[in-house]
Amino acid sequence: MSYAIEMRHIRKEFPGIVANDDITLQVEEGEIHALFGENGAGKSTLMNVLFGLYQPDKGEIYVHGEKAVINDPNDATRLGIGMVHQHFMLIDKFTVAENIILGREPKKHGMLDMAKAVKIVKELSEKYGLDVDPNQKIEDITVGMQQRVEILKTLYRGSDILIFDEPTAVLTPIEIQELIAIMKRLVKEGKSIILITHKLKEIFECCDRCTVIRRGKNIDSMAISETNPTDLASMMVGRKVHVQINDAPYEPKEKVLEVSHLSVLDQRKVSVVNDLNLTVHGGEILGIAGVDGNGQTELIEAIAGLRKVKDGSIKVDGQDLTNQRTRKIIEAGLGYIPEDRQKHGLVLDFSVGENMVLQTYYKKPYAQSGFLKNKVITKKAKQLIQEFDVRTPSEKTLARSLSGGNQQKVIVAREVDRSPKLLIAAQPTRGLDIGAIEFIHGKLIEEKKKGKAVLLISFELDEILHLSDRIAVIYEGRIIDIVNPKETNENELGLLMAGRRKGGAEA
Amino acid sequence: MIKLVKKINWMTLLVPVISVILGLLCGAVIMLVIGYNPILAYQSIVESIFLQPYYTGETIRAMIPLVLAGLAVAFAFRTGLFNIGVEGQLMAGWLASVACAIVFGHLPRVILLPLSVLAGGAAGALWGYIPGLLKAKFKVHEVISTIMMNYIALYTTAYIIKNFLYTEGERTPTIPAAASLASPFLANLTQGSRLHWGFIVAIIAVVAMWFILWKTTKGYELRAVGFSPDASQYAGMNVSRNIILSLTISGIFAGLGGAMEGLGTYQYMTINSTFTGIGFNGIAVALLGLNTPIGVVLSGALFAGLQTGGLTMQSNAGVPVELIQIIIALIIFFVGSGYVIKWAMGRLTRKGHK
Repeated sequence: MSYAIEMRHIRKEFPGIVANDDITLQVEEGEIHALFGENGAGKSTLMNVLFGLYQPDKGEIYVHGEKAVINDPNDATRLGIGMVHQHFMLIDKFTVAENIILGREPKKHGMLDMAKAVKIVKELSEKYGLDVDPNQKIEDITVGMQQRVEILKTLYRGSDILIFDEPTAVLTPIEIQELIAIMKRLVKEGKSIILITHKLKEIFECCDRCTVIRRGKNIDSMAISETNPTDLASMMVGRKVHVQINDAPYEPKEKVLEVSHLSVLDQRKVSVVNDLNLTVHGGEILGIAGVDGNGQTELIEAIAGLRKVKDGSIKVDGQDLTNQRTRKIIEAGLGYIPEDRQKHGLVLDFSVGENMVLQTYYKKPYAQSGFLKNKVITKKAKQLIQEFDVRTPSEKTLARSLSGGNQQKVIVAREVDRSPKLLIAAQPTRGLDIGAIEFIHGKLIEEKKKGKAVLLISFELDEILHLSDRIAVIYEGRIIDIVNPKETNENELGLLMAGRRKGGAEA
Repeated sequence: MIKLVKKINWMTLLVPVISVILGLLCGAVIMLVIGYNPILAYQSIVESIFLQPYYTGETIRAMIPLVLAGLAVAFAFRTGLFNIGVEGQLMAGWLASVACAIVFGHLPRVILLPLSVLAGGAAGALWGYIPGLLKAKFKVHEVISTIMMNYIALYTTAYIIKNFLYTEGERTPTIPAAASLASPFLANLTQGSRLHWGFIVAIIAVVAMWFILWKTTKGYELRAVGFSPDASQYAGMNVSRNIILSLTISGIFAGLGGAMEGLGTYQYMTINSTFTGIGFNGIAVALLGLNTPIGVVLSGALFAGLQTGGLTMQSNAGVPVELIQIIIALIIFFVGSGYVIKWAMGRLTRKGHK
């Protein structure tokens, strides 16, 4: 039997590290094959070899049973290999159809035949159930739709082997379900799919087989029906995984955060938080569930003093902090793990040590009368690196060169160490692998046990359900319901998040 | 200081060094094409700078304003700002120091000299503060506003000299000796060059920049804002205030550079019809020096040496002195294409491994 893709004994070395060490990947015709591993395990390197972006040092590639030499992405396209990148490569001002045909435009008498382009895109879209409007501009459509445009781009170029690079990282739960349906449809129409992922749930929902790699090495390949999530997770991490569950008793203390009648505008001066009320107590984790874009970001930015409050008030520990400077709010006891860790959480070109004191550098003991005490900072950094198990060569290493998980650990270490009364964690585990997720969840629970108030915002329902003591559902800038995680499930939450209010569910 | 050297990444050091070599090589090719002897030309530059005390002194003299201008650009750059207004800040500082020296000419030297130097720094600070304020409050891009401030400085200084401080020769009167940085001792040492005590000010400024940026909390803030205004804001820093502060400090360096010319090299200020060019060369100095204090000193020395030695190149090898400007431009061009150099080096080393 021939494979759609067979990569034999691939080795790829970079200065200092072996990214792929004797990896073999066999993808059968018409299957969804998961390439499973932690961040930095070598998944992307392997796929870049397949797509012609890297040349392997050793090993061979076979496409539909024939030996192939792939020197660049054009070769890959010619062989019918298409890649749906994690970061979309689309031109915002162009329409869907224009983006899809870019580089391979249908022509009539040497002129661009836009009518034909629209027709082709429409046909492809219908055939695979993608439901895309070819005439809309990219800037006007949702992220989920943009991803479908990326899929269409590969289909338009005649790909029959599609690589999806962590496609669900940017999607909402509903969009993920739709994407899975689309992938199944593609396979039914004769395509083969390689799904790069580190999320177990996706694998069990849609994949046929799975190849696990760890630290650049091939661990195992198996049919999904013959394995289970626990085994697969251990295989990926290389040790037993403990799922962190918020099992500490729920004993709410005094009110720490009180948001009342809050209204906030976004950049376009549209009101995105509307008369919102929310209270978080010490000793509890309050999870905010909601579809992206329902005011979560603006709510926490308003709490942190990064966005002007139009109406209403915000109190931390009884102190009115409405429209105060961020520094004052931080000093009043706010810890904040921002959603975009690279843009907002770290100064990437600062060392790990310098990042550890990003809010406290001007205070004792890190400074005295305006002068930094670098020795104290270094000592603190070393202590936190050890305490929070940040994998970095030293505290002098630039934050930029750390992996996503370790960058997040730096932020968590910094915020938790300041011992804030209120800790806001926005998407704290987005894009992280199981090991790092486990660690960060553990830290959040620890904070709760210490009697701190934790406000958790996440688009991952699992995360919300696992960690929260109470779940507040946000919809169009309002908290439309507060539910007890023990008395609810994903379906009910999903309905609430879509704005359908259920009677009697209030807790 | 040892720590400072350690901070340098050898790979990034490669780009300026290779740029200089390529610039000199290309200059040599141009000389060959026109029919001059490049070896003789470069030889005369090196010999004059290192063997003739007069040219050594003139090189150091030329370094003083170049280094200060370079520090000004580099400092702003560290905070993520592109200060093209060093030229204007320098002119403002130049006039302010000369004017102060003349107006308060009756004061004793111990007061007058420092006062005049400070006046130069203060005028530069003001000229940097205004674009900083405009950027922080009204989001006016500093590149635009600093260029405009250059023209305001050019014509305002001309106006002030013409109406208030005019003397024959289209210039201000010469400053009183009590405010002068010139030194017969240094002049004798270098066979009559114009080398003056200003080099001490430049050294202090170099150390000050390093100290401010890496040893103080304000410097930490300025660097954080420079690398990532977003993360700095999230961490509770006041981004606007840092922008103003950065351009103001940058302006002080530039203003001091002008004061060194006014109190040291020339002892007066002429009515300029065009820019002095020192401020613009400061951009090149900072760029080549990788925006580090030590780098600015080294690249300042290189540019000053080329400019001073270029004169002997003309007399000894017959090569027109303008060629030096071409070489400097080529070096800047190669530094600007640093990415290409890094890429080429990467390729070469990778090939070497295979």
